[in-house]
Amino acid sequence: MSPPVPSKILTDDVSLLMVLIDTNPHFWSSIKPHFSFSKFLSHVLAFLNSILLLNQLNQVVVLATGINSCGYVFDSSSGSVSQRAESLLPKLEEFAENDESLSERDDDSGNGVGSSLLSGSLSMALCYIQRVFRSGPLHPQPRILCLHGSPDGPGQYVAIMNSIFSAQRSMVPIDSCVIGIQHSAFLQQASYITGGVYLKPQQLDGLFQYLATVFATDLHSRNFLRLPKPVGVDFRASCFCHKNTIDMGFICSVCLSIFCKHQKKCSTCGSTFGQAKTLDPSASQQR
Amino acid sequence: MADKQQQVVVKRARHKSSVKDPGTPGVLKMTKDRFTFMANDPSSPVKLNVEFRTIKGHKFTKDGTKQALLNLTQDQGGNYIFEFENFPDRNVCKDFVASAIALSGEAGRTVPEKSAVPIQDEQLSAAEMERRIKLLQEDSDLQKLHKQFVIGGILSEAEFWATRKKLLEQNYSRRPKQRVALKNDMWSTKPLADGQSNRVTFNLTPEIILQIFAEKPAVRQAYLNFVPNKMTEKEFWTKYSRAEYLHSTKNVIAAAAEAAEDEELAVFLKQDDMLVNEARKKIRQVDPTLDMEADEGDDYMHLPIQDHGLPRNDNKDVLDSQYEPYRRSFSQHLNQHAAVVLQGRVIDVELGDTRSVAEALARTKHAELAKDASDVYLDKERLERISRMTEIEDLQAPRDPAVAPLSIKDPRDYFDSQQANAFSTLGDTVSGAKQLKCSVSTREAYCSLKECISEIKFQGLTEPTINSEVAFKVLNGLAQNISSNKYHLGRNPNESILDSLPKITREELLLHWSSIQELLKHFWSSYPITTKYLLTKATKLKDAMSQIYPKLQEIKESVQSDLRHQVSLLVQPMLQSSVFMDQAFCCRL
Repeated sequence: MSPPVPSKILTDDVSLLMVLIDTNPHFWSSIKPHFSFSKFLSHVLAFLNSILLLNQLNQVVVLATGINSCGYVFDSSSGSVSQRAESLLPKLEEFAENDESLSERDDDSGNGVGSSLLSGSLSMALCYIQRVFRSGPLHPQPRILCLHGSPDGPGQYVAIMNSIFSAQRSMVPIDSCVIGIQHSAFLQQASYITGGVYLKPQQLDGLFQYLATVFATDLHSRNFLRLPKPVGVDFRASCFCHKNTIDMGFICSVCLSIFCKHQKKCSTCGSTFGQAKTLDPSASQQR
Repeated sequence: MADKQQQVVVKRARHKSSVKDPGTPGVLKMTKDRFTFMANDPSSPVKLNVEFRTIKGHKFTKDGTKQALLNLTQDQGGNYIFEFENFPDRNVCKDFVASAIALSGEAGRTVPEKSAVPIQDEQLSAAEMERRIKLLQEDSDLQKLHKQFVIGGILSEAEFWATRKKLLEQNYSRRPKQRVALKNDMWSTKPLADGQSNRVTFNLTPEIILQIFAEKPAVRQAYLNFVPNKMTEKEFWTKYSRAEYLHSTKNVIAAAAEAAEDEELAVFLKQDDMLVNEARKKIRQVDPTLDMEADEGDDYMHLPIQDHGLPRNDNKDVLDSQYEPYRRSFSQHLNQHAAVVLQGRVIDVELGDTRSVAEALARTKHAELAKDASDVYLDKERLERISRMTEIEDLQAPRDPAVAPLSIKDPRDYFDSQQANAFSTLGDTVSGAKQLKCSVSTREAYCSLKECISEIKFQGLTEPTINSEVAFKVLNGLAQNISSNKYHLGRNPNESILDSLPKITREELLLHWSSIQELLKHFWSSYPITTKYLLTKATKLKDAMSQIYPKLQEIKESVQSDLRHQVSLLVQPMLQSSVFMDQAFCCRL
């Protein structure tokens, strides 16, 4: 598990916060009576501004997670002066337009809320962080905050796990604030493995308070603070063949791909499997 | 004294039911596989006809005591006591009984093997038993499990080890024991010469003998041929020592003279033909990619004594060719010695018996020869090897990428995270998926999204951002949440509750966990219950499980009060599993 991030040459509490906002329109329309996107945005914008106020050297980057694309909508360090968070709004509108244009025309069915492209925005955030790492020893400590509400798409399991592992490797904690109805197994695992905080707020209209209390703390201060810990983590994986969430399955011993049914050949690495052992041990126990 | 080959023994004896009993007089008749006793009095009920197969042992009183008794004991605890008139009689019977029991024991052993394999007993070899014991000794957790189940009678040995075959095999082929290699110092050919008398003493130890046999196959062959037919071992070694002495004096003429007289001595003095053949074979097998020029010139056995082309003194050239076979070259001897030492010990025989050592060496050499001769693939292999060595790397196809080692984590690290939430998250996801339904088309959804964004753009953020009551509630909720997890040490969410328990409790919990897993494994593998055996097995497992239940309760209570809730969360699935097992068992029909 990841040890606390060692302090860099800047003062300890300088942070680079990557915020991933879920802009899945289906999700937001389904949650409309409880919480609206505008309220959400107002909480988040206030939060981002307060982060920028905490320290002059703090940096905030916001990515929007759509259902067809992901994009950067805000970077506080662009421009000569640190910008206020509200300047993300036009970009966000543009992004929503773009995302809409990418969706297929005849997809008007109301068959439940799809998942947003969390894996894509995680990867983009990690790429940005890598660039920051290579900019020299003087940089803030990066962390990722996911504001996510859409359900998990088992089809993204592999990609998300890969990004989680690379985050673990770069020692970048992934915090998760789940605003949807149900818990997200992927984000639970992400926070668990990378050493971040996972929270599912009980009251969504107090979102700002949650964000300011739990997610505003920089990595150095987290050593002295006690933050909420989830009761347990759902470690279930999804199979590679059908993308179903499974508890028990078959695993390739070469590449560790997961399958729900016995296969002759691994689809990922191509290794052939031997004879399956008889699955009915009671037959062998018959004396 | 009785003849050992005697088929039948007939003696007068008294049959007693106990030592004090005066006994019934009669005649005891013993044959190879049974004994019969007929009482003198025809009306007496004592008539015995017992097979020696059932007799497992015999006891007897010492010669010279009051009674000459012989007690034949059976497997199930029954015994037959006979009193004889005198000790010699008793001893005859005793010897006969001993041989009869031995005979029937052997016969008896072969019979059950042909019949059906017994259910409970396993035919274990000693090696298998050893492996298991070693495995148990090394892994204390396994030993605890083994003690609990097998010795507690819940599982049988066979069942316990059935799933652990991999462990046993692995263990077996693991570390071979270190062995002592051959000594590198050459046996000094300078014997102890007693300056006063004309005696020369050689010391031969079994180790030296082994080395001699390994280095000089001709001597070995001679030993096998001559001893014990033509001469005793001592004579053999005396002759050999004489030959060595002659060599050490470097007096070739004298050596030739003595060889002409004594045929056997000649064997030691001449060149070793077997060695020569071996050397030739080795030259042929040299890998041409190492030394393309290896040929007979490199055959160190055939070098003229000029020592690799270095010019020697002229006086040696004068000697006749008839003395050639009697020369010895130190370099040849050294090379051969080095080759033998590098080969190491090829046989495992006890060094005491010279003959067996010689035979064992001869056997290995024969085996090697036979293998080489019959090895059709030897040439093919050589060609393959050559082609592999002469590969040009640039022209090769790209190889498979190197494999990175796996990082497999100990499942115990995930122990506590898995326990508490296994059921609740399941419930959440199931119900959650049902709730979230989007009845709006994509276009409309996007529209509303964009509307929200423009709303903020024009209206700005709400003031205040958040209602103070709501904020207060949130803070309270968070504080409560955090304080309920207060005893999770530290800020690292990955530290487990297990580490905060005292060590003994932790070990116990983990042991219970692994025993429950073992029990469940065996329980479910015996389903569906179709035979009586499986039924008894399942009952035993269920009972064992129910015994763990109070132990877990105990642990829960023994823990400090602040940790109690966490521990009960950990323990809960274990308790549930015992409940489920009970239910499953009851509903099995």
